[in-house]
Amino acid sequence: MLIADSKRNMQAFLKTGKLGKDAPSSSSAEPGTSQPVVPKLTPWVEKYRPRTVEEVVEQSEIISVLKQVLSGGDLPHFLFYGPPGTGKTTTILAAARQLFGDIYRDRILELNASDDRGIQVIRDKVKTFSQLTAAANKPDGTPCPPYKIVILDEADSMTHAAQSALRRIMEKETRTTRFCLICNYISCIIPPIASRCAKFRFKPIKSEKIEERLEEIAKNENVSCGKDTIKVLVETCGGDLRRAITCLQSCSRLKGSESVVMEDVLEVTGIVPPQWVEKFITVCKNCDHKELEIFVDDLIQEAYSAFQVLEQLHEKIIESDFTDDQKAIICEKIAIASGRLQDGASEYLQLMDLGCCMINVLSKK
Amino acid sequence: MTLWVDKYRPNSLLKLDYHKSQATQLKNLVQQGDFPHLLFYGPSGAGKKTRIMALLRELYGSGVERLRMEHMNFTTPSNKKIEVMTVASNYHIEVNPSDAGIYDRIVVMELIKNAAATHQLDSSGQRDFKVILLTEVDRLSKDAQHALRRTMEKYVATCRLILCANSTSQVIPAIRSRCLSIRVSAPTKPEITSILFNICRKEGLQLPEDLADRIADKCDRNLRRAILMCEACKVKQYPFTSNQPIVEPDWLTFIQDTARSILSEQSPKKLLEVRAKLYEMLVHGIPTDLIFKFLLRDLAKSCDMTIKTEVTELAAKYEHQVHKGSKDIFHLEAFVARFMSVYLKFMEESVRGMI
Ligand SMILES: Nc1ncnc2c1ncn2[C@@H]1O[C@H](COP(=O)(O)OP(=O)(O)OP(=O)(O)O)[C@@H](O)[C@H]1O
Ligand SMILES: [Mg+2]
Repeated sequence: MLIADSKRNMQAFLKTGKLGKDAPSSSSAEPGTSQPVVPKLTPWVEKYRPRTVEEVVEQSEIISVLKQVLSGGDLPHFLFYGPPGTGKTTTILAAARQLFGDIYRDRILELNASDDRGIQVIRDKVKTFSQLTAAANKPDGTPCPPYKIVILDEADSMTHAAQSALRRIMEKETRTTRFCLICNYISCIIPPIASRCAKFRFKPIKSEKIEERLEEIAKNENVSCGKDTIKVLVETCGGDLRRAITCLQSCSRLKGSESVVMEDVLEVTGIVPPQWVEKFITVCKNCDHKELEIFVDDLIQEAYSAFQVLEQLHEKIIESDFTDDQKAIICEKIAIASGRLQDGASEYLQLMDLGCCMINVLSKK
Repeated sequence: MTLWVDKYRPNSLLKLDYHKSQATQLKNLVQQGDFPHLLFYGPSGAGKKTRIMALLRELYGSGVERLRMEHMNFTTPSNKKIEVMTVASNYHIEVNPSDAGIYDRIVVMELIKNAAATHQLDSSGQRDFKVILLTEVDRLSKDAQHALRRTMEKYVATCRLILCANSTSQVIPAIRSRCLSIRVSAPTKPEITSILFNICRKEGLQLPEDLADRIADKCDRNLRRAILMCEACKVKQYPFTSNQPIVEPDWLTFIQDTARSILSEQSPKKLLEVRAKLYEMLVHGIPTDLIFKFLLRDLAKSCDMTIKTEVTELAAKYEHQVHKGSKDIFHLEAFVARFMSVYLKFMEESVRGMI
């Protein structure tokens, strides 16, 4: 009786809450949820999103913990952190689906950066959801874990005040609710919350694993794509599997029926052609301010990202035969420039500043 | 009478005048419906918007050209009302989220949810998603960008985002990882001149080669500016002559003027005068980074190599600070003041060296 009551409560809550509203549209966005009509049109990242934790590649620590949970262990609060496209969201959603089966929509409250997550929402919505009781059985009588999961995805953008409001709830409602926080940078989470969670770092995915996955997808989708092309794709995506998959799909779609070659990959991943980076250094060695101005202008007209230029230039400088002092000064300038770019500073001015600094350093022998 | 820039805007992918292979690739992309969200980036006047509209036309047919302007109203959680202009067809909606200032997040989220709710009901059923076109995404707040992340994944079946930016430096990695980035570089000078010739031929005008070259030199590889300049030349004087003056944008001459004034005298009194000029530019909506860029370019011309580096460093530093503060004028003025002091010191020293 009690159980049925609380279930009705929860459904009412979810109807008025966000999750209920989102449900119909997101179900069509996720292939495999019994809607065979659309899958042709979903991007491959979604099509190949793992449905079970076993399918998730790389992240072995968290997977082994989750496997224990699935075979009846208790679930702690989690904090997942790591760079984009390494499987954080995927892992927790897959785990929830496996834990709760078809009632998983009722048992999770997923809030991400698109939802309003100010203190008020934490106090009202999250608290109300956490206080609902959860039965140890599904409606059909089969057992399932007696708790709910609150997933706070993309927690980087949560204010500290909202996080503080979470502390109490996390402690009080452990009997019925588990929390899973997900972010890119762990420094965005206040220490009292971090210390309440089991922390897992999602590592950038290893090249071999990405390669395997891409080859599998390429075969499935009939993309003709050489081994070395895949290698380049893997190198350029920096451990971000989503980016790798998006790039593969983009290349193959852009090329239509032709096969994908190296140049396509370079273009799609936004890599600056190496000759530009080399030219930057040569221009600075010439110590000609006017030439530098023209070069930087050209670079920006070609729409290469200044950020990417800095990254590749940094590598080149490290490998170069400049003295350690020269390298140190230039690298410091690169660091300053990239920080400023992140704040929104003008690409032209930052690159000019860096160029002038290089002229200065390289002219003193 | 429409301006040439609008009159001769190509409206289909295959009619685009340059980056032709990219246009073919985009056509391929449209053929299958399962492409990811798109991020177009490139300098202004490179033709991003034209390319995007051509892509939309390829997607939905000429229906996307029946545009209507609408004011949309949004309410913030604190019950403040904001109004934003949108341009929409039956298939897509275009918004510049930075119009909403710090409330850009709310606007973006509402738009996506609306689009998902009013699912495409076109009977011909050629596409089952709508397109939301967001311009100037590099000015989108970090908060709004984070909000897009999961939303982009969730609603991918009902709407596709096309993002348009000048550069990707200000777009967070998590968003870039979710998009296909399409680089639209500025047209080259030969490409620009050939477009100018084409337009003049269609207008029945004789364009001397020298004049076309000079326009292409002056336009900063900005095609829009080139066409505007060319049309302005026509209004000023026709038949064209090779050496007729080219009207440069007023703001550029104004900045050059300001630079001259800074170089003419370095004193608190002059600084006050310059300040008034800077103010005027800001009031007229000239972007601060452009003021910095062209001031620096003109000032550096009159500097010795020894202080060029220092001056560039100052410009880079103060332009960066603009983004951390709220009053642009302070940082512009601080830059000018510092420049004056550096320049003055240098002049005095070199005079002393000469004696
Ligand atoms: N470890 C993984 N195993 C298998 N597929 C993965 C893995 N990591 C990422 N992917 C692929 O990348 C896509 C995105 O992954 P996911 O949404 O989990 O990233 P995320 O870590 O949450 O990133 P973000 O920080 O940007 O939110 C998935 O749909 C899947 O196709
Ligand atoms: Mg995620």
